[in-house]
Amino acid sequence: MNTTNLLLIPLLPLLSFVLLGLTGKAYKAKAGLVGTLLMLLSFVIAVVTASGYFFNEGLQNGQYQQLKPFLMPWLSFANGLVIEMGLLVDPLSMVMIFVVTFISLMVHIFSLSYMKGDERFHVYYAFLGLFTFSMLGLVLSSNIFQIYIFWELVGVSSFLLIGYFYQKSSALAAAKKAFIVTRFADLGFLIGILLLSSQAGTLDFLDLINKLTTPGDTLTSALATTFLGFSLLSWGLALVFMGAAGKSAMFPLHIWLPDAMEGPTPVSALIHAATMVVAGVFLVARLYPVYAFSGAGFVHFIDDVGAFTALFAAVIACTQTDIKRVLAYSTISQIGFMMFALGMIPADPNGTHLGYTASMFHLFTHAIFKALLFLGAGAVIHYVHSNEMKDMGGLRKKMPVTHVMFLLACLAIAGIPPFAGFFSKEEILLAAWENNPAIFWMALITSGLTAFYMFRLYFSIFWNKEHEGHHHHEKEGDVFLLAPLVILGIGTIVAGFVPFSQFVSFDRKPFDTALHLQFSIAPVLVGLSGILLAAWMYRKQSAVPDNLARNMGGLYKAAKNKFYIDEAWLGFTKGVLFNLIAKPAAWVDRNIIDGIVKGTGSGMEWISYRIKGIQSGKVQQYGLFFLFGVIIIVSVYIFKNVPWR
Amino acid sequence: MEPGLYHLLAIGAVLFFTGIYGFFTRRNMISMLMSVELMLNSVNINFIAFNKYLWPGTLGGTFFTVFVIAIAAAEAAVALAIIINLYRSHQSINVEVAEEMKY
Repeated sequence: MNTTNLLLIPLLPLLSFVLLGLTGKAYKAKAGLVGTLLMLLSFVIAVVTASGYFFNEGLQNGQYQQLKPFLMPWLSFANGLVIEMGLLVDPLSMVMIFVVTFISLMVHIFSLSYMKGDERFHVYYAFLGLFTFSMLGLVLSSNIFQIYIFWELVGVSSFLLIGYFYQKSSALAAAKKAFIVTRFADLGFLIGILLLSSQAGTLDFLDLINKLTTPGDTLTSALATTFLGFSLLSWGLALVFMGAAGKSAMFPLHIWLPDAMEGPTPVSALIHAATMVVAGVFLVARLYPVYAFSGAGFVHFIDDVGAFTALFAAVIACTQTDIKRVLAYSTISQIGFMMFALGMIPADPNGTHLGYTASMFHLFTHAIFKALLFLGAGAVIHYVHSNEMKDMGGLRKKMPVTHVMFLLACLAIAGIPPFAGFFSKEEILLAAWENNPAIFWMALITSGLTAFYMFRLYFSIFWNKEHEGHHHHEKEGDVFLLAPLVILGIGTIVAGFVPFSQFVSFDRKPFDTALHLQFSIAPVLVGLSGILLAAWMYRKQSAVPDNLARNMGGLYKAAKNKFYIDEAWLGFTKGVLFNLIAKPAAWVDRNIIDGIVKGTGSGMEWISYRIKGIQSGKVQQYGLFFLFGVIIIVSVYIFKNVPWR
Repeated sequence: MEPGLYHLLAIGAVLFFTGIYGFFTRRNMISMLMSVELMLNSVNINFIAFNKYLWPGTLGGTFFTVFVIAIAAAEAAVALAIIINLYRSHQSINVEVAEEMKY
């Protein structure tokens, strides 16, 4: 394991950020190339490092090693507490650095064309560099405090990029919303970190997991101390999950993600589809042993939240008309899949933790095909200059490459073999079937809905009516726009054949998974019927969708309005938080705190107004004051021993 | 009658309060400067008197007096310069005319 190489992977994007941030204006249109080249270098090093780890030095005695090739004390406190900065190398982090650098590189290349001519081109690339650095730092973190730092850094880069078009007030509002909602969740995360690390007495992931999963004093005391009926350990895990749910847009903290689509489309592909939003899943996977063994009661909650979110978001996705919002809800739904897969803990302690592998596999394949979907949507938006489905249709002849690649990604997300999504989704469904059939049925319905809404999207963009736009003269896009689509399209085809369980498994020992053909029949049929339904409704312009929507009545309206979750949050913040907490706090601040400060000022002013006459400008008056002063002081000295004192 | 310490101190006190009276009642700056000189000289008389009657044979008081005379000369020079400048700017050496430096 070459430490310098490993350090270079996150530091090269950081270099790109610093370079472009400070001197980017000088490069003009070449700023993008500088960022892209640095990213390419980082990607190559990441591939070399990851393949070196998986095929060469990682596997020892049939188990992948957990290495910490780089570790340095960062903050040393007087009482022996040291916060470290380190790099943790294990199958999880190696897969993640591949995913992050790969998608980031694709987005860098795509943006060369997509963002061409933008006034703040170099700023855009600087922000992309900052984000990639933070995300790589997050996945390589060796302790829970370090991951929190990078967690906030990805949050702030997400904020900056959502609000990139800051002239639009909706983009500003979306950026603030994303930041505040995730900050609110991160409050729980921070308290969770403090609880867990104070119980385990360490911040280091490996020590922490070790102490909280092996029977001993630490575990006993963490379980014995209770608060409101739950042990401190459960509280810690629940609060950490709250942070993860905020970042990964789990219900009811998902509201920021659809609005985050205000950012440039390549940014949505990178941050809000492929990498940052799965940070929550990654965090739960990082602490998976603790969730699996110590918080057995709590994982069912993760299951329920994940499965409900998946279904809930899929229903909303069926009714949205903004293509990026459809993809956003689809992302929420797919992350729900990953999340509940992580909760599939086998009842038998020696059973295979298939859910863990399946979740990470789905993270891997989803990153590729969802990035492809977003970049494809970006190409479409670039072409028609609109996000709305009604402005599209019949684009398959105008944009042949995008059309084929988009179709591949849709097939992948619908779970049609042999595309990437099929394999990972089958594994998740299998894990659900073995551990929690109720969730399995929910997931099956969700995959049917997934196929339906994705092909609704596909047919609405590329088929439906004939294209009537004024873009006949325009080309589909240049090579920078299309190359990432093609590369990701190839990835969508081959990623499913990666023998993922050979690389990532709970005990870090490779194991074999086989496809169960009989088992796959049901999900594939469900997926196909979703596609056929969508084809029937949206392939040609027809009155069917409108009629159906009218007949569904209230349900359609509720789903179209996202089940009024935004309004509920708004009502909660305005009605409860503002009235009960913010307003009294503001009153105290305005009247008591400010009152003291302002009172001091105006009191002083009142006094000085009354005594300013002393400074009269008359020399003799000053002399008189001086004389009386001297007389008083001298009298005190002379008479200080008189009896009456 | 031989003049004693108390006589000299009495002269000093009279001179001193004459000076104070003059300093606070005169508006003419030259008169005020003269009043200050009176006060300084009353101090000189006190020094000489104490030196002669309490520590005869030493020279401390005498030396101090010489210092005070030197300083009084310097002070008179500075004060006259100020007075001349005041006259130039206000066409008057009345202190009540110069009272711009106030609140």
